[in-house]
Amino acid sequence: MGRALLVGRLAARDLRRRPGEALLLLLAIAAATTVLTLGLVLHGVLDKPFERTRAATAGPDVAAAGAFSDATKVRALTGAAGVVAHSGPYPVVAAVLEANGHTVVAQTEGRDTAKAAVDQPKPTKGGWVRPGGVVLEAAFAEALGVGPGDRVVMKPLDARGAPGQPPSTRARGPGRSFRVAGVAVTAAAPPYPEAACLANLCQGDADTGLVWLTRADALALAPDKHDVLSVLNLKLADPAAALAFAAHRNPPRNGPAPTSASDPPTILQPWQEIRDGSANIVRNQRRALLTGAWLLALLAVASVAVLVGGRMADQIRRVGLLKAVGGTPALVAAVLLAEYLVVALVAAATGLAVGWLTAPLLTDASAGLLGSAGARTVTLSTAAIVTAVALAVAVAATLVPAIRASRTSTVLALADAARPPRRSGRLIAISARLPVALLRGLRVAARRPRRVVLAIASIAITVSGIVAALSAHADLASGANDARAHQLNQVLLVITITLVALAAVNAIFVSWATALDTKHSSALSRALGATPQQVSVGLSAAQVLPALAGAILGIPGGIALIGIVDPDKTTMPPLWQLVAVVPATVIVVAALTAIPARSGARRPVAEILQSELA
Amino acid sequence: MSADESTLRAEPVLRTRGLAMHYGQGAGLVHALEGVELEVANGETLAVMGPSGCGKSTLLHLLGGLERPSEGEVWVAGRRIDRLSEKALARLRRHAIGFVFQAFHLMDELTALENVELPALLAGHSPGAARRRASELLEQVGLNDRAGHLPSALSGGQRQRVAIARALSNEPLVVLADEPTGNLDSAATLDVLRLLDSLRAAGQSLLIVTHDERIAATADRLITMRDGAFVEETRLTRGTTGSLGDLVGLER
Repeated sequence: MGRALLVGRLAARDLRRRPGEALLLLLAIAAATTVLTLGLVLHGVLDKPFERTRAATAGPDVAAAGAFSDATKVRALTGAAGVVAHSGPYPVVAAVLEANGHTVVAQTEGRDTAKAAVDQPKPTKGGWVRPGGVVLEAAFAEALGVGPGDRVVMKPLDARGAPGQPPSTRARGPGRSFRVAGVAVTAAAPPYPEAACLANLCQGDADTGLVWLTRADALALAPDKHDVLSVLNLKLADPAAALAFAAHRNPPRNGPAPTSASDPPTILQPWQEIRDGSANIVRNQRRALLTGAWLLALLAVASVAVLVGGRMADQIRRVGLLKAVGGTPALVAAVLLAEYLVVALVAAATGLAVGWLTAPLLTDASAGLLGSAGARTVTLSTAAIVTAVALAVAVAATLVPAIRASRTSTVLALADAARPPRRSGRLIAISARLPVALLRGLRVAARRPRRVVLAIASIAITVSGIVAALSAHADLASGANDARAHQLNQVLLVITITLVALAAVNAIFVSWATALDTKHSSALSRALGATPQQVSVGLSAAQVLPALAGAILGIPGGIALIGIVDPDKTTMPPLWQLVAVVPATVIVVAALTAIPARSGARRPVAEILQSELA
Repeated sequence: MSADESTLRAEPVLRTRGLAMHYGQGAGLVHALEGVELEVANGETLAVMGPSGCGKSTLLHLLGGLERPSEGEVWVAGRRIDRLSEKALARLRRHAIGFVFQAFHLMDELTALENVELPALLAGHSPGAARRRASELLEQVGLNDRAGHLPSALSGGQRQRVAIARALSNEPLVVLADEPTGNLDSAATLDVLRLLDSLRAAGQSLLIVTHDERIAATADRLITMRDGAFVEETRLTRGTTGSLGDLVGLER
């Protein structure tokens, strides 16, 4: 009990003595735990809202799309074994919608003003369709920034325009103004911006929104009434059988093309596919968040290891004092570990809270489902995983330095003798041929190979994140799948900014720890005739050389990361951007390390050289 | 020897005027040095003695440009250095001053040979020239057989001899030695004394700060310090020294 009290007291005192460092540690670990929490909270976040929406809207088990002008086709489906209810067929017409400065392609579905037995969209604001009044799918309305009472203009879509062309160039005629009667959710199509297509009728138009209006209003938007397709919603006795029901009736995927454009095949979409489509947006975000969380956790390990290593160099006399008054090596290690474990626990709690609070910002896309905002929950397993990762980061980074410090000779520790540096004869020989600043830089770097590895890893991880973010940006610039790419880009941007911030802190830590660690050799070099600039540039070079290696390694790392985050992605960043990342990284690291290197090179020489005698 | 170098040699290698060094302020003000006037001639060996804390090491640091005085002037070979920039001071140390420290201050990760060649590399000499000079110096101090050893594999006396060889790397005008035998046993002390004596015989200017009267006895002149000021100056007759070992009472 007494020992535990002592360990706690010493750890608390040391944390209070260096609040700045404790805060930096906290931020480094909390960044990783926040992103990890977000990734875990988003897991399955859309499953329950989809179920709720399906129940509230009498969602179809199978949505069928086709030319249902022939009643036998309708009867073939509504009278099929296992079908217990149906609604429709409802006409579906593609149109151009203008609202709030946006011009987008919308899929309009002509509905009855009366309630339907299957797929009756549930208004979350306002009411249901009426003549001249339209209802927008909730996520679509949110993206456009419109609500009940606002006006939108609907124009017929020129069928000759190719999907992917700007919607404004594909509109025909002046169109007609409608009042927004309401905003509703449905389980018959995934929410916007996932192409909100009823039974896959979007035909290649990404980011298609869904609008309900009366049958007459919908048909008025069709340039040719004979080409209008319809949607038929089916309810099965056994919803689980929807997949088999659809598969049995759908044309083979690689089958022959339809022989007549006037008789397109009927396509059936089971509810499970709609559910998966609903989760599609968040799936990529979640993948990006989880990958980002692991990258941040690795970076946090590097941050904490560098910080701990630097502090150990500073704490060696304290360790000696502890041991001199009877502290066992285990006690010394326990004190050092306890500090970082406490910080890790606080960081885990911070990450859980921040992740829980910010999760709704990433699930905006699911506003098209009922109850999605309230679906975020931090389960016991999420809390356990996040806490375990935070503790693992602290232990992984602290254990080796703590054990090493606990084993340091008491006499040496009391004399504040620095840990003996590593020797690399080959590097020393090579460096003799270099200018003084590079000679110093190479020799300083060679003294602490572990620190060099941490610095390389830190930069490589960060550059990987930057390359992935550039890829998302390139995807956005190419216009492919705009809304989805935009959201993924935002997630990756947040992760990359966090990575860059952590890496910047790392670079400063490493530089500071190196300056501290080499204060004796720097002072000695100056006593032997090295100028402060040479020593300063040498310290910077010791950081820049690993940064160069890390930046080069980060490029293939980033390309691999793109594949992990979004396996479907084919857009790579432009070559010039990939090439520019390397010198940009080196310049930033040089700038970041300049101040610690400069202050390290200007410490009073006599004082440092005399301190060994103290 | 060029005309410039002849002029340099004619000047006192070290000179101070009204040198003072203060630390702290108000009630905590400490006068580490006060009104120090000093001249060290070319080729002279000067010993500075005094109790701990009397300002000996501070004087050495000021003379070597490692610290700046609070007041007064410091001249090295006719050039005032107390107002020089850090860069200029570094260049001066590189070529004009060699340091020998009580704690040796060798780089742990460098071998004896690599430690000795370091000042030459810092001065921009070619790696080959620096290596040749370092080998010569190690031979001069009797350690050519230990050239490839790390400091941790050397005895205290050997380390200090490496440090002295390093101080001589760039043929400095003056070697400033701070308690060069302070960490050594008797036998090692004798080795270092012999080495310093051979340097003096070769005309190397030396300023040695020491507690050890036996070392002081080998100098041309002895200055005694107390409370940051010179209190006594004695000119020694080196003709009477005879065998160094006899004088200092050391036996091999």
